[in-house]
Amino acid sequence: MGKINDILSPFTAWKHLVNEPLTVKKPLEREGADRYRGFHKNEIDKCIGCGTCEDICQNAAIDLVPVEGIETKDGDSGLRPKIDYGRCCWCALCVDICTTNSLSMSNEFKWIDEDADNFLFIPGADDKPWNNSEKGWKKPDYNLYDPNRVDMQELHPEDRDKSFIEIVQGYSKEQALKEADRCVECGICTATCPAHMGIPEYIRAIRNDDLEEGLRILYDTNPLPEICGRICTHKCETVCSVGHTGDPLSIRWLKRYIADQNPSERFKEILGTDTIEQNGKKIAIIGSGPSGLSAAHYLALMGYSCTIFEKLPLAGGMMRYGIPEYRLPYDQIDKDINYILSLGVEIKYNVTIGKDNTLDQLHKDFDAVFTGTGLHLGRSTRIPGTEHKDVHFATDLLREISLGNEIPVAEKVVVIGGGNVAMDITRSMARLQNQKFGKVNVIATSLESEDIMPADREEIVEAREENAQIIPGWGPQSIEIKNDKITGLHVIKCLSVFDEEGRFNPKFDENIKDFFEAEMVIESIGQGMDLSYLTDEIKENLKMDNRGRIIVDNNFQSSLEWLFVGGDIIQGPDVIHGIANGHKAAIGIDNYINSKK
Amino acid sequence: MSKLFNIKEDRSLFPEKNEQGKIDIDLSSHKYLKLWHGPQHPGITGNMSLEITLLGDEVMDCETHVGYLHRGFEKLMERRKYIQCFPIVCRVAVPEPDFNEYCFASAMEELAGIEIPESAKWLRTLVLEMARLASYLMWIGGQAGAFGQGIIGQWTNYLRDSMLDRFEELTGGRVYHMYIIPGGVRGLLPSGFKQRMEENLKFIEQMMKDVERVMFNNAVFKKRSVDMGIIEKDWIYKFGITGPNARAAGVPLDVRKDNPYLVYPQLDFEAVTATHSDIYNRADVRRRDLLMSVDLIRQIMAKMPQKGEIRAETPNVLHWKVPAGETYSKAECTRGEYGYYMVSDGSEYPRRINVRGPSYTHAVSLLEKMIINCNLADIAGLMVSLHTYPPEIER
Repeated sequence: MGKINDILSPFTAWKHLVNEPLTVKKPLEREGADRYRGFHKNEIDKCIGCGTCEDICQNAAIDLVPVEGIETKDGDSGLRPKIDYGRCCWCALCVDICTTNSLSMSNEFKWIDEDADNFLFIPGADDKPWNNSEKGWKKPDYNLYDPNRVDMQELHPEDRDKSFIEIVQGYSKEQALKEADRCVECGICTATCPAHMGIPEYIRAIRNDDLEEGLRILYDTNPLPEICGRICTHKCETVCSVGHTGDPLSIRWLKRYIADQNPSERFKEILGTDTIEQNGKKIAIIGSGPSGLSAAHYLALMGYSCTIFEKLPLAGGMMRYGIPEYRLPYDQIDKDINYILSLGVEIKYNVTIGKDNTLDQLHKDFDAVFTGTGLHLGRSTRIPGTEHKDVHFATDLLREISLGNEIPVAEKVVVIGGGNVAMDITRSMARLQNQKFGKVNVIATSLESEDIMPADREEIVEAREENAQIIPGWGPQSIEIKNDKITGLHVIKCLSVFDEEGRFNPKFDENIKDFFEAEMVIESIGQGMDLSYLTDEIKENLKMDNRGRIIVDNNFQSSLEWLFVGGDIIQGPDVIHGIANGHKAAIGIDNYINSKK
Repeated sequence: MSKLFNIKEDRSLFPEKNEQGKIDIDLSSHKYLKLWHGPQHPGITGNMSLEITLLGDEVMDCETHVGYLHRGFEKLMERRKYIQCFPIVCRVAVPEPDFNEYCFASAMEELAGIEIPESAKWLRTLVLEMARLASYLMWIGGQAGAFGQGIIGQWTNYLRDSMLDRFEELTGGRVYHMYIIPGGVRGLLPSGFKQRMEENLKFIEQMMKDVERVMFNNAVFKKRSVDMGIIEKDWIYKFGITGPNARAAGVPLDVRKDNPYLVYPQLDFEAVTATHSDIYNRADVRRRDLLMSVDLIRQIMAKMPQKGEIRAETPNVLHWKVPAGETYSKAECTRGEYGYYMVSDGSEYPRRINVRGPSYTHAVSLLEKMIINCNLADIAGLMVSLHTYPPEIER
């Protein structure tokens, strides 16, 4: 029976004679699934050319190339991914890791072309029929790297609002490793950092737990890591590619971690600067701020004998006399400066050029002069009432606090300004009020609305935590004075700060008014430079622009070839520009002196 | 040996064995013919070659040659970061990329001490069973085709294509799925997936009844496969035979049962076995295993969580340093035990990855033994009945 069945059974297949044949759909007629990994798309304006797609591609199918119409700028390499479909395996890891979420894939899979070279294309830049396709592979919900920053331990507002103890506690090893792990090593940060620090490299050193190598990388471009690790304006973090769809890396805290973890007494050994061959040349440096210290450091490494002339009793310039101790403790400034001094740099304190010594004399005594005298003069709003004795400049008060002098503290204070200096004096004043009166009543008001306030976001948040009031978007009108005492500040609503061309041109609505009660007003709307040490003869020969700034070339050399200028009076104002200027000027000075031989 | 095959020729023609137990073949006697079977031959699954010596139609001697498909994956992986190996591993065995992905990912997770989310476990199991189903559907066409039944291959390749449609929906790729990523999987089920999958499964079950009638209840197929190519039970452990090849001999080796992984302990199934261990039996074991996959897919889709995390938190994949150590991760693929032996020296790159594919034992040493005295026309059928993929011999 079985055998007959085995003969007849196959004939049951004949029933399919009346059925449609089973056959697969022709590829040209079918559409890819919603999630299909088809041809690449790129939102070219959203892409920043970080190259993470190129890094993860195991086939080396992606190459970052310049694209017409895309300019290189801060936070954008100006390059865009070019994909070779002769190599691509359509794994979509490039899409999954894309930091800006600009790269995706369409569900299109048909592309017929007679020229094989056409299969190398730049998604988004080249016009392709699938560019507008809605379907296809998108970045999934999971992350191939952690988009969330490791929280920094900070003193609780109640523990810090009466003292100048440092707020930020620094990362532990475990935290630093976790944070360092988030880096995608794109190098957008390096390109943007004024000093072009090797950021991905020192973050890698943290991951490898090789902090000595990390320190060496830091000192390649920045001789003030403890300081920068605390108060740098971190332009690197602003452009960090990871920050586009998550929190940017806390590059600043990682730098601090390396500097903190290496014992200062071993710096010379680690950095290999125990012995430096001297070349017998002498350089004078005016001002011991970041640019002066940076120039001195790199010149000292090249064998120059450097002497810094400092007007104030201690070194550091604005870093010591402008930034409150709760952000940058003095012992950390000393740690950085002491290392530079250990290289043989000499600082002459309490020497004011123009008074105790002259620039001409320095020119005679030294082979070259670098000046980085900074912006120490306050600027006034010049509104009615600013001539009153209880109206102060923020820079003056901050300097007095650092010098250890007592400053006037009123029960009600208004600060005019929305930058970091305004936040510094606001928060310092809040602490002093707390110490003196047991309560805080300080208002900081700025022209800018909160979204465009120049102060760092965390400064605003922390100031509020310390009970200071930040009231942005108001223009100061006049200071009201009754019986020779300040009673408050009249303000009107500020509608916009910049005009359409981006120039400073504030517009106000005079019908919307407010009044902030105060017994003391502090102005913090910017600083000016004091170039009184330049004699008339020097000024005659020195090229300056119409705003009174000294014109320098790429090496920070002025039109007087022996005079190099850098720091806040040229660029900035901030520490990292000063450091970068000082480094470049050191190289410029070396070139200048070598060219004289 | 003659009991393996129904050969009733005149034994006097056979050459005598020499002292080493090898057959003395004198090619200049003009009795023998040297023939290269493959590497380009439709009966050879993938690219490998059998150098056979024939006496008439009968195989006297055989030497297997591999190397036509060598891509050096294991070495390539030592030069790539772990995440960059992820798109490579699926290419080791073309019809079943998912077992490679799973073994690679689970080995990494074991070394790194990562527990993947529950949803990911279910989705991985689903994809592995889908891969098994798709792979068997391709195999069955090959097995029938090797014995001259073209229509079965046309039907089952259509069925496999319907599974590839589901793969495309779920994973974004039809052939290379790149879905089981270290840490989890790359996507949840799309909406309407279960319904479309059920339609596929129903049609597969219906068509498999036709396949049973046309292929298995077929006098020609039985004539060519029953009592052919028997694997003796005592060879199983000697040769390291696993999977359906072992189960057809009555040895219930199934990694899913023996070393349960993913959510297999929560599924209701038994290892499919047979007793006679011939080509027909092995085909039947695979057919029943295929139907069991259909059942397992139904069970998974009924029991799996509807949503949830699909990937565990892992270090940044761009510089993931897997802790130093070594591990062996294995899974039951359609051909038997599939495994990845991974050694990490604690760097960003694997120190050594060794792929254990069942085809190595089945298509090299076992085939060389079984092919002796086989009829030339049965070689393809015999080889397909061992279900070998040369790509996984040559990683």
